[in-house]
Amino acid sequence: MRHEMTAQEEYLHQRKMRKIRITVLRLLLLLLLLGVWELTARLGILNDFIFSSPSRMAMCLMDMMKDGSILMHTGITLLETLVSFLLVMVLGVSCAIGLWASPMASAVLEPYLVMLNSLPKSALAPVLIVWLGANPTTIIVAAVSISVFGSMMTLYTGFRSADPDLIKLIYTLGGHKTDVLKRVLLPGNIPTIISNMKVNIGLCLVGVIIGEFLAAQAGLGYLIIYGSQVFKMDWVMLSIVILCIMAMVLYQIIQVLEKWCKKRF
Amino acid sequence: MSPFLEMKHISFSYHEETGETKALSDISLEAEEGEFIAVVGPSGCGKSTLLSLICGLLKPEQGEILIQGKPLEENSTNIGYMLQKDHLFEWRTIFSNVTLGLEIQHKLTPQRKNQVREMMETYGLGEFAQARPSQLSGGMRQRAALIRTLALEPEMLLLDEPFSALDYQTRLQVCDDIYKIIRQEKKTAILVTHDLSEAISVGNRIYVLSSRPATVASVIPITFADQNLTPLARRNSPEFSGYFNQVWKELEDHAS
Repeated sequence: MRHEMTAQEEYLHQRKMRKIRITVLRLLLLLLLLGVWELTARLGILNDFIFSSPSRMAMCLMDMMKDGSILMHTGITLLETLVSFLLVMVLGVSCAIGLWASPMASAVLEPYLVMLNSLPKSALAPVLIVWLGANPTTIIVAAVSISVFGSMMTLYTGFRSADPDLIKLIYTLGGHKTDVLKRVLLPGNIPTIISNMKVNIGLCLVGVIIGEFLAAQAGLGYLIIYGSQVFKMDWVMLSIVILCIMAMVLYQIIQVLEKWCKKRF
Repeated sequence: MSPFLEMKHISFSYHEETGETKALSDISLEAEEGEFIAVVGPSGCGKSTLLSLICGLLKPEQGEILIQGKPLEENSTNIGYMLQKDHLFEWRTIFSNVTLGLEIQHKLTPQRKNQVREMMETYGLGEFAQARPSQLSGGMRQRAALIRTLALEPEMLLLDEPFSALDYQTRLQVCDDIYKIIRQEKKTAILVTHDLSEAISVGNRIYVLSSRPATVASVIPITFADQNLTPLARRNSPEFSGYFNQVWKELEDHAS
């Protein structure tokens, strides 16, 4: 039996169809790209020794899964990224609180922060290698240095731009500076903190890969550099694809966190 | 016996690099216990500064403020302050907004929680305890803000144009509501406003301030034949327009 849809049902149905259509088109686009890549490689239009191809990458993945090496490289890069991300967030939030709590400190440090933030951090990498050695510590320090200063400044600005009346309210209710921080600044800046997380997770991945280019014996960045030196382009392309997936998954995790926060706060 | 609140020859200036702005000059003001004082003055004359001084957020440059005969600093009297906007936090429910003050002062006992719940019931917010501020109307939000202030059981209330952010009709309604609540809880109150009708409709006495630097231009006692009129009823009583003209004239003479 056909049943007449109400206007609301009709609207919901159309929205659902639109969502499905978008997902299908996205998948088709991916398949199309992979298909063209594969086909051109097979037909010899692209040299698959240099450009690799989806099937070669799949074979390469299978091989590397067997000896577990790809899991090891991916795991190391992921771990380094997560560690540096956590460090950036903890350092960023706590330093921003420190700057807010001490106007003197923030006034004194401001030009230094601006300088450190705009300094191209890749310039530091060779120095870090000399100081700390070619090891994961260097990679993590490099990744942290890329985003921590910007993060600090963004969050500090967020704290500073809180409505002065909200702060006055806390004082009229008999609160102190810590109450302002706990009840106005931190909860009020959750959107700022989350959007800052989105920026930082990407920057940390960039930092880790740069670090691995220069100072690693393992990890996807190492695999890319090493692969390109020995002309194993399958390794290089596979690593890049895995990086794409990793970046997307990490970003999605933060989006889930954002949705959860929006519901709660 | 000394009055509940006494301000003696208070002066206050704001200092900036570009110069000094004198906000208050030689202000003296008194409020008896349970009295409702209204302070009117032209916009920007330093009315809010006056309230910030009374609740101790600012320190006067000259003069002293006594509460029940004792200087402000030595006093533990609870003073409630209501700001122009309700400033309810969107990330908290109405209940946890209303108990914010108790939370800050570590007084959030089950007994106090029950008192707050009762107050919310009495003033028509009972069913909105778990709602978010954005789900409430302007009037309800302002009532929630008042309960937040009253939850700390203040002995005196400072009202800084608490109705100015509301539209006219809501404003009359909320003014009535809040006036009733304050009378019911028998609080001393000081209302600061630039709305003359509002001042006359709630005040026992009106302090008229001059433009900046504010001085007390005159003090006008307000008495209506019927003591128990609501603000809205006062607006309709015969004495009202007489007082209005009187306050208006005082302001005219001193505002420029």
